[in-house]
Order: sequence, then structure tokens, then C-alpha cells
Amino acid sequence: MARAHSTRRKVVTTIAAWGVALTIFFPVLWMILTSFKTEASAVAMPPQFLSADWTLENYATVWARSDYPRFFWNSVVIAVGSTLLGLAVAIPAAWAMAFVPGRRTRDLLMWMLSTKMMPAVAVMIPLYLLFLRFGLLDTRIGLVLVLMLMNLPIIVWMLYTYFKEIPGEILEAARMDGASLWNEIVYVLTPMALPGIASTMLLNIILAWNEAFWTIVLTTTKAAPLSAFIASFSAPQGLFYAKLSAASAMAILPILIMGWFSQKQLVRGLTFGAVK
Amino acid sequence: MGKIELTRVRKAFGEVDVIPGIDLTIEDGEFVVFVGPSGCGKSTLLRLIAGLEDTTSGTITIDGRDATHLPPAKRGLAMVFQSYALYPHMTVRKNIAFPLKMAGMDRAEQDRRVERAARVLNLTDSLDRRPGQLSGGQRQRVAIGRAIVREPAAFLFDEPLSNLDAALRVGMRQEISELHQSLKTTMIYVTHDQVEAMTMADKIVVLNAGRIEQVGAPLELYNNPRNLFVAGFIGSPKMNFIEGPEAARHDAHTIGIRPEHIAVGDGPWEGVVGLSEHLGSDSFLKVAVEGIGTLTVRAVGEIGVHHGDRIRLAPSGKIHRFDANGLAL
Amino acid sequence: MSTRSSRLAARGMVAPSVVLLLIWMVIPLSMTLYYSFRLYRLLSPDRTGWVGFNNYLWFFNAPEFWQALFNTLALVGGVLLVTVTLGVLIALLIDQPVKGQSFLRILVIAPFFVMPPVAASIWENLFMHPQNGLFAALARGFGMQPILFLEQYPMWSIIGIVSWEWLPFATLILLTALQSLSSEQLEAAEMDGAGAFARFRYIILPHLTRAITVVILIQTIFLLGIFGEIFTTTQGGPGSASTTLPYMIFKQAIAAKDIGRAAAGGIIAVILANIVAYFLMRGLGRNLDA
Repeated sequence: MARAHSTRRKVVTTIAAWGVALTIFFPVLWMILTSFKTEASAVAMPPQFLSADWTLENYATVWARSDYPRFFWNSVVIAVGSTLLGLAVAIPAAWAMAFVPGRRTRDLLMWMLSTKMMPAVAVMIPLYLLFLRFGLLDTRIGLVLVLMLMNLPIIVWMLYTYFKEIPGEILEAARMDGASLWNEIVYVLTPMALPGIASTMLLNIILAWNEAFWTIVLTTTKAAPLSAFIASFSAPQGLFYAKLSAASAMAILPILIMGWFSQKQLVRGLTFGAVK
Repeated sequence: MGKIELTRVRKAFGEVDVIPGIDLTIEDGEFVVFVGPSGCGKSTLLRLIAGLEDTTSGTITIDGRDATHLPPAKRGLAMVFQSYALYPHMTVRKNIAFPLKMAGMDRAEQDRRVERAARVLNLTDSLDRRPGQLSGGQRQRVAIGRAIVREPAAFLFDEPLSNLDAALRVGMRQEISELHQSLKTTMIYVTHDQVEAMTMADKIVVLNAGRIEQVGAPLELYNNPRNLFVAGFIGSPKMNFIEGPEAARHDAHTIGIRPEHIAVGDGPWEGVVGLSEHLGSDSFLKVAVEGIGTLTVRAVGEIGVHHGDRIRLAPSGKIHRFDANGLAL
Repeated sequence: MSTRSSRLAARGMVAPSVVLLLIWMVIPLSMTLYYSFRLYRLLSPDRTGWVGFNNYLWFFNAPEFWQALFNTLALVGGVLLVTVTLGVLIALLIDQPVKGQSFLRILVIAPFFVMPPVAASIWENLFMHPQNGLFAALARGFGMQPILFLEQYPMWSIIGIVSWEWLPFATLILLTALQSLSSEQLEAAEMDGAGAFARFRYIILPHLTRAITVVILIQTIFLLGIFGEIFTTTQGGPGSASTTLPYMIFKQAIAAKDIGRAAAGGIIAVILANIVAYFLMRGLGRNLDA
């Protein structure tokens, strides 16, 4: 819309949009800034922005006092593992729902989503006992299983919406061309749905990475990921803001960086495939 | 080889009988066109033959082998879809080679066949492009290429030209006809366009509401339509139908006369010209004739008749007679 | 494309997901159901037995329970209200031709990457802390007493924190939906004499219905289970001012070590979730088609 006053309007909206975006981002920025301050500088009043004493010491301390690489590696294994396992189970299911829909497909999908509504605390005790019984407590495989099941409905739903965009005729063509079901999924469906699958994968890695209930309840030390590590770190108030911030930054930076690098797929994934 | 026989083939979706029961034989090497209005079951019938839908009852045999329960891949048929259904993530080369790869053919043979198909279809320069970079006509050729490399028993075409513009459609129509002449493979072609049916077919199957109305060579249907439906469907512009006393004079419930079988000049009918379309090669007139109704008239060449003129008309060709049930007498 | 064999294959391919989710639902849930009718306290393991509905009655008679129920619904409703309203406004703003739009988007989605314990601790310590928080500094700068967020307004504070976490999600979905609105439609409305507000009310808002539905649906799923934020900040306090149902159950299990009661609470939470889900699906389900 070309308007006479469009330049002025553009300046105003630009300033407003940047103001809002920076406000939303500010808490993260402030945490990162704090993580580079000395403890005294971190709690100084009035707050110090540029005049603070900058240091890397907090990171060194957190690194020395905790076993960061292990937590990090656990997070990676659990997030990626549960997502890949989930995809392996969900791709066939989403194929079936999208391309061979029956009368009950919709209900089935809604039922799957409704399992996500089951509050985790409601099954905390039984799950804890089951884990105890089967020796899964504080193991990565146990967490991979739980997070996979927890996010499976979301994965199925997202893939379903992406698959629905693919015209059924192309899969029929593959069938006419002599492709078996397996070949149809491997050579035609999966490559065509790759952007959607990537988005689903990214979103679920984030959801699993940030999961902070089961990871706390079901782990102690061996298999604890970063979300459990950070929960163990938030102890005495105010005494070490800078170190707390450093630990927090170390917990979220990997995913933040991954998210920013894969922004395009992620934005698509963040909408859960539900909006085009 | 590709002789296809349908015996009492029935298809129901839930309670609805889309195809109540069809018997049809398609001879090896024939070019058969299924034609009919939308929703007549012609595409469903094609998909039953392809194996993309299964029959509710009845049998389908291909070359004498019962194929009723075979999956599509095992029937030895190839299909060209309305939307072309090309694999967007593969190059043209890979698209055409896909059925060969699925059949487990060795790479050298795959390449040889793809090259040959590309030469025939004029696609050699586009082999390494993706479908998205091709024009509609080229995509259509790729779809055909993908079908011919397999050397199938029969080709199935599902309204393959309906996504092309008018000029391209005529060209592709000829190409498909030429392909049939050189390959001599059975082809089954579904369309709602009777011009395509008339120009391409050895044998036309006219379908309506899941039933076969008539099967025959194009001119046979044109000259001897078995009922009102076929008479009205085949031929353009549509045949004129006249009921009442004029029909009774011919001892029929309804008579039909094609627009090209009415001459302007002296004759028994008199009327006023409503619409007149002058195309140069032909002239089409809509004439309101007293006691009969509006007749469409096609005259060859230019003719000096215009809106509002009073003219006389005479039948100059065959008058088709039908009984009260719409069957030809 | 539905032949008997493909339908059969489809059933076989849905089966693993369905079976896994059934196991995931049925086994723990039936165990919870079983415990909910049992006397089962970790502190006195030798006293066991059936207690009928006593565990449930304890919940219904606890004043804390009704507070927790209210808090749970207030949290869900409050966060939905804030995120949808702000989300629409921000989406409208960012959708304008703005310099550096893609970088803006990076900034706006950042909170989504922050895990709940970290989000909670940032807000608790760096912002809301009455001595060292930025808000306190701001208040002092204006010569006011610092507000005791988590002590005096615990639910409001938690709603604020959770809203911040979910705002990116709402904004992004709404923005995506907004971008799919054809500008021709807006121009046609403008030609028809619709002002900016009328365009928003009659063209943009109806276009966003589906997106808003998705936001509400998905957020509700996650919000009903909010736990980490409360655990990190208020621990449900002061008193039970910010105790939600999940947190109350957690307290019964971990602090009181009364498994029977926690299980009964779990079953109540499941029933609540189902009621909410039912109304959501009925009210919004049809918006999902199209």
C-alpha cells in the first residue's frame, strides 16, 4: 500500500517492532550479560550495564565444579534419541492416517493428542516404581523412552499435517511404477516431506531438551541432562547470580544456537504444522 | 500383450454403487477411450483396472491371468495421471528411471531405456532438470516417458490433457496417437472431452452413472447412437431433440437431428434466428422454429444470415428416432 | 487409494503408535487408580489396605484443593489471554514492512528455547528479586518500594513468567497465519470503505480464527501440566497461594510421602484435563477443519 506518509509510518512501526522484540529478548540478554559479570557487579545497585567488571571466571567455575560435558552429552542423547525413535514410530502412522484415512482417523488423532493432556504428576509414582522395578532409573534409555512417548502424539500430528499436503496421486504413481510400500515411503514420501520432517525433528529436539519434569524425577546423576543440572544449581538466593547465569547460559545456549541456525525450518515447526 | 477383460465388475463405496456391474473386453493393441460426464464412474473404472481401488465383486483378467486381487505393481500396467504425479524431488532422468529401479533392473539397461525414451519424447535436453522447471507439455511427456520405459502390457491415461491449454492439447493428442501407432500397445484413455474420444479412439466406451451406454467405433456411435444419452453426448454441437407432433410424424417419441444435418434454404420448418456465430469455416445458428422449439444449425462456410432474420430449414441428413424409453428405433 | 491391502497396511502402520500410547496411558494410569483407593504412606509402610474413597475425600475437604483447582484454571486462562492478545498485536506489528524482519523474529522466538527452570530462575532472581532484581531497582529509581512479586502476587508473577515463555509460540503461529492473508482481500475491503479497525475486525480476525484455535489447543495441553516454573520460584507458596493441582499432587507424593493421596489427586487431575479437553474440542474442534 503506497501512501504519502508511508515513510513516516515505516519508521514508527520499525521502532515499535524493534522495541517489542528487544523487550521480549531482554531477559535472555540480561542473563547472558550477568553471566560475564563478577558476583559483586551482578548484584550492584543501581544495575550495571556497560560499566560492570567483566569476567569469564563464572564459566570456569561452573565448568570446574560440575561435570558439564556429561550433562551436555546426556541432553544430546536424550533429545536426539527420543526424537529419532519417535519419528521412526510416527512416520508410518502418519502415512497411514494421511493417505488411507478411515472414518475414525480424526478421532484417533484427537485421542493421541489427548494423551498429552494427562498430567505427568498423575503417573509420576507408577512410572517411578516401574522404572525402579526394571532398573531404568537414572538411565538414558529410560528417559529416551519416556520423552519419546510423551512427544509421540505431537510428532504424529505434525507429520500428519505435512503429509496431507502431498498429493496422493504421486504415491499412487509410485505404486503403479512398482514400488512396494517400503519403497514408496523411503523413495517418494520421505524425500518429499523432508522439510516437514526436519521441522518436526527440530521442534521435538527442543521440547525434549527443555523437558524438566521427568528428567528431574527419573534421574539422579548418571543420566541427568542439563535441565536436571540447572535445577540442582538454583540453590542459595542472590549469593551467586553470576554463576547461576553462567550455568543457565550453558544450559540453553546449545539449543538457542541450533534454533537460530535452523530458523527457517524451526519457524515452520514451531507452528506445529497446523498453520500455513 | 494386453488384452483386458472385465466380468461383472462392481464397485461400491459404502452403500453407494458407483459401478453396478460392467462387462467389457479390451483387445490387445486397441486404443479404448472411456468417455462420459463427470461423476459417471470412468475414472473409478480406470482405477479398478489399475488396481488402485479394489473391486467389490467381479473379475478383471489381464492377458488371461486373473488380476482382480493383484496389487498395482504386479499388473504390468503403466498410468499417466491427470496431475502428471511426477516426483518433484527427482530429476527427469530419475523420474523416468524410477519404475526400472523398482523392478531392480541394472544401471546400464536403465540408462539405455531412459535415453531412448527421452529421444522419442524430445526430452534429451531436459533430463537433468527437475519437474518444477518444466512446462506443462514437457511434464506431460515425462509422465508418458515414465510409463513407456517399463514396456507395460497396457497404458492407462486419466484425463492427461485436462491441465494443458487448448493449443498444447491438440499437439499432445496427436503425439499420443502417434505413440500408439508406433508402440501398438493397448491404451485405455479416460476423458470427458468427446473430441478427444472421437479423434483418438479405436473404440469408445460411453459411460453414464456407472453403466456402459454404448461401445463402438467413433463413427458408429456418431451414426448409430443406441440411445438418447449417447446421441446427445457424441457430436458437437449437440444433437437437436424434437418431441411432440413433429416426432409423431416420424412414428417416434423423440427424434434427433444433428446441427450439421439441417440445411438453410427451402424446407418444412420456419423460424427466427436468435444467436448467430460466424467462425468463417462454419456458421452456427440458433433458430426458434414454431411448433418445434430452438434448433441448432451448423452451416459450412460463411452464410449471410443474422439475428432476427426469418429463415426456412430442411433436414438434410439422417433423422434418429427414439422410443419413449430413449432407445433408438 | 484404498484397496484392502493398503487399508490393512495402514492398520499395521498405525498399530505401533497406538499400542505404545495405550501402554503409556493404561499401565501407569491403572496403577494410579489402584493406589488411589489404597492406604499407602512411605512413612508407615506396614500400614496398608483399602480405604475406599477416603483419599479422594481428603482432597475435596482440603481448602487447599479448591484453591489449587482455581489456580490451575487461572494459570491456563490467564496465560492464554495474555499470549493470544499480545500475540495478535505483536504479529500485526511484525507483519508490517519492518527493517531486519528476520533478525526480529530470531529475537522474538528466543524465549521458546529457554528451558522452564532457567526461565523461572532468570525472572525470580534477576528481575523479581526484591533486593537485587531489576524491577526493584526500577521501583527504587522512581522512589517507590520494590514490589514483592513472588510473595504478594505469586499467581500473577507465575502467569507472567509462563506467558513470556509461550508468547513466541503464539506470536509465530499468528504471524504465519497473517502472512497467508491475501493483500488483495485487504485492498478490496479498503476499496469498500473499511477503515483500519473494520479491516481488523471483519477480515483479519476471522482469518486468524484457525490459528488462534491451534494456539489455544496446544498451549492448553502444555499449560495444564505446568510444574517446573512453580517448583523453581514459589514452591507453591506463600502458604498455598500459588499451588496448582499438579504441584499439590507433587507435594503429597514428595513432601507428605502419601502415595495414596497423591494418586487420588492424579486421577482428579486426569478427570479435570478430560473435562477441559472435552470443552475445548467441542468449542473449537470445528475451527480445525477447513
